[in-house]
Amino acid sequence: MKSFSFSRLWALIIKETKQMLRDPSTFLVAGLLPVILLLLFAYAVSLDIRNLPIGIVRQSDSVKAQSISAKYSGSRYFVVHPMRNMVEAQEAIKIGTIRGIVVIPENFDERITRPSLGPIVEIISDGTQPNTARFLANASSGVAQLWLQDNFANSPQFQATMARRIDVIPQYWFNAEIESRRTLIPGAIAIVMTMIGTLLTAMVVAREFERGTMEALMATPASRIEILAGKLIPYFLLGLVATAICTLLAVFAFGVPLRGSLLGLFASSSAFLIPALGQGLLISSATKNQFVASQIALFAGFLPAMMLSGFIYETSSMPVPLQIMSNIVAAKYYVSSLRSIFLVGDVWGVLLPNIGFMLLIGALFFFLAFRATATTLDGKK
Amino acid sequence: MPESPAIKFQNIVKSFGNIKALDGVSAEIKSGQLTGIVGPDGAGKTTLMRILATLLHADSGMVNVAGFDPKTQNQNVKDVIGYMPQRFGLYEDLSVLDNLLLYSKLRRVDAKTREKLFARLLEFTRLEPFTTRLAGALSGGMKQKLGLACALLGEPKVLLLDEPGVGVDPVSRQDLWRMVEDLTSDGMAVVWSTSYLDEAEKCAEVLLFNEGKILFDGKPDELTQTLNGRSFLLKGDAEMRRKVLGVALELDDVCDGTIQGSAIRLVKKSNASDDAIIKTAKEFDYIATHTKPRFEDAFVDLLGGGPGGHSKLADNFELERDISQTPVSCVNLTKQFGKFIATNNVSFEVKKGEIFGLLGPNGAGKSTTFKMLCGLLIPTSGTARVAGHDLRKAAKEAKSNLGYMAQKFSLYGLLSVGQNLEFSAGVYGLDGKLKRERIDEMIDIFHLEKYLSSAPGDLPLGYKQRLALACALMHRPPVLFLDEPTSGVDPLTRREFWMHINGLVAKGVTIMVTTHFMEEAEYCDRVAMMYGGNLIALDTPDGLKASVETKDLQNPTMEQAFIELIRRVDAQKGEAA
Repeated sequence: MKSFSFSRLWALIIKETKQMLRDPSTFLVAGLLPVILLLLFAYAVSLDIRNLPIGIVRQSDSVKAQSISAKYSGSRYFVVHPMRNMVEAQEAIKIGTIRGIVVIPENFDERITRPSLGPIVEIISDGTQPNTARFLANASSGVAQLWLQDNFANSPQFQATMARRIDVIPQYWFNAEIESRRTLIPGAIAIVMTMIGTLLTAMVVAREFERGTMEALMATPASRIEILAGKLIPYFLLGLVATAICTLLAVFAFGVPLRGSLLGLFASSSAFLIPALGQGLLISSATKNQFVASQIALFAGFLPAMMLSGFIYETSSMPVPLQIMSNIVAAKYYVSSLRSIFLVGDVWGVLLPNIGFMLLIGALFFFLAFRATATTLDGKK
Repeated sequence: MPESPAIKFQNIVKSFGNIKALDGVSAEIKSGQLTGIVGPDGAGKTTLMRILATLLHADSGMVNVAGFDPKTQNQNVKDVIGYMPQRFGLYEDLSVLDNLLLYSKLRRVDAKTREKLFARLLEFTRLEPFTTRLAGALSGGMKQKLGLACALLGEPKVLLLDEPGVGVDPVSRQDLWRMVEDLTSDGMAVVWSTSYLDEAEKCAEVLLFNEGKILFDGKPDELTQTLNGRSFLLKGDAEMRRKVLGVALELDDVCDGTIQGSAIRLVKKSNASDDAIIKTAKEFDYIATHTKPRFEDAFVDLLGGGPGGHSKLADNFELERDISQTPVSCVNLTKQFGKFIATNNVSFEVKKGEIFGLLGPNGAGKSTTFKMLCGLLIPTSGTARVAGHDLRKAAKEAKSNLGYMAQKFSLYGLLSVGQNLEFSAGVYGLDGKLKRERIDEMIDIFHLEKYLSSAPGDLPLGYKQRLALACALMHRPPVLFLDEPTSGVDPLTRREFWMHINGLVAKGVTIMVTTHFMEEAEYCDRVAMMYGGNLIALDTPDGLKASVETKDLQNPTMEQAFIELIRRVDAQKGEAA
């Protein structure tokens, strides 16, 4: 009775593709968005910081004190605001013009040679932004360290001073900038794919309901499977095209290595598209309204992919309920797969279980979506 | 041969939550003729259409479409029906040809047949020159024809058209009727749902719906004829007609009455005598004559008659500000959007206490003109004045003198009825004791008490309309703007609405109304007809009708006048070109 017709499916795919190619938002999401996101994550969201405003309170006028002060001014990590006294500095940190204070004490020269007098500089940072504060503390003590090294490398006292602060030195052997870009870009690909799979799909299916075309389609002999497949296949392909664009950009423009194989990338991306499309379909058939669908897609697709996928925040350091929740976020498995494909190589021991989980979540979404798109319009207008 | 009916249904019940959309309806629909599913919004028309198109399943009852059960044999049903949903079901971002191709492939029309079929349908719909145009760029009438062509692709035995006439101007509608008549003569069963009663009159048979029930099943003439001898036309001093109508509607023997141009149409109750009507007419120097009943008269009679003629709203309404004798006027009003001239050099003056209508097909510029007059759009050139204030220089003063009721009663769905009233009072600057008084007054007049805490969306249509009117009138504006006030509304609700409006006019309120609805134009003192951004005629409804009267076209209706006036403009353009 229900005959599946490939010619009908083909007609629907052609129609969807034509619409997709004519829709400017397709290009925005599949072409421009990857570029913007990758640029953002490569430069703006890099997890290390430059040009941090700090204040310097120099209580000593010695040549050495002036020299270390100049060292701070010369550092690319800081923009230095000279402060006359602590009161002024405290005021500045309160209103936020500076993020930290470096105090060069009155007995600076003596402290260099006599560690028992206390640290050579005192560092105070604004704790309202913990990451920045931590970075500021590390970087500014590092500058002091470097200054010591430059000026007293041959001095006998230097050994003693070194010993005291040795723990900070590795900060300069390790270029965090490139490393954060390397881990962020694979994550950005997951975000782009979520946007295409979930947001775009949710919008286009909801649009059919909104404009009454779904009603017209359902009254034709086309079956539900044909209608849904005709909708999803073009977006599946679009998702793969976007992955390819992202990969090309990542490798050639941002210098991220691709240590794994294209097969691994293709398999993982295809597997991720199943839950992403399924979620989009579920959202749109449940809401049948573009505005609501896009809101839900942002909350239920984009935000978890951003926050709970381990893309920016390590899931293992989250509270337990969030950790449990993150297990049903398909993007988590995709981010993990992408990182291993880009940075390590095809570790099938990681990829295969990830693919398995993604397919499982996808199956769940599709099951729910099929129940929601009853062939009839029952329940909703 | 004795044909079995194309569609048959018995005792269909369909509920959505607590609302019974269909409450035990039964009927048969024949092949080879046009059957109208007629009724106001919310009567159950769309639900029935969707059940027939297999999109909804009835809760109980028997349904049979061309020999198949839409519930269990939906694939068979889909193969033999053509269905055009409201808004035509077209992909606006695909071309005309792409739309046709898609639907033909979905119906698996083979390539050879397709070519012939396309050629025939394109000729039939006169869409041939536009095959590469995007469907979204077509006019309303052309979209509708394309929608029809798409529904016809499988060469269906049953064609279901859900409100095809909505949003389409009379000229295009006339085209569509011609096409549908052709189809029925080929033996197709065509089902046409509509809320326009004038469309119903043209159907071979109608199923008249109200609140989920079928009130009448048969030829429209049969129903109309039951009113023979009960319809009257009262003519006299046109200035007095609203007052006379108000008085007449209060008579026990009168079941319905409306304004029809400069005349009054009355329907007496069955078994009532003519005396009361004739006597009342005489009191006002009016002459009452029997006239041919209309389908609408019969419908209202079937619903138990219209409301009375006394508006409590108008009783309490006093104009607080005395405004100029021309409360609304515009001079050389023009609005350009890019290269497109939406309103072109329009000038007119509206007198105090007048009902002034803007009539025109979609895209004629009536909405644009209207919006400039109430300060929602800034004109490209020309001036618009309300209550003597130039809308460009003193928009605030002008706006405080007008009340605005938007299409589809723009109420805040997430605020309760009470909160909507509070908000409207507040936004028009009422506060303290006065605000309380006005709100209480509206609640009292419109009987809104029991609905105060419900959401406007849950109100019955009539109450929604009352609430919208209350919100627009809270600050007692001397000028009231109504944008398509009663489209899709049942005749009783419309009568109640105009009863209040007539009462307000008697108190000196000036009314501006846009409509594409011919019935509504009849209520106006004067009608400005717009077409292609231009004002093409400005006269009383009777004047407009008279202006097109010829030997071939006697006693034209408003719709005929409308079509003819537009045809003349097009003909002139043709000559000029």
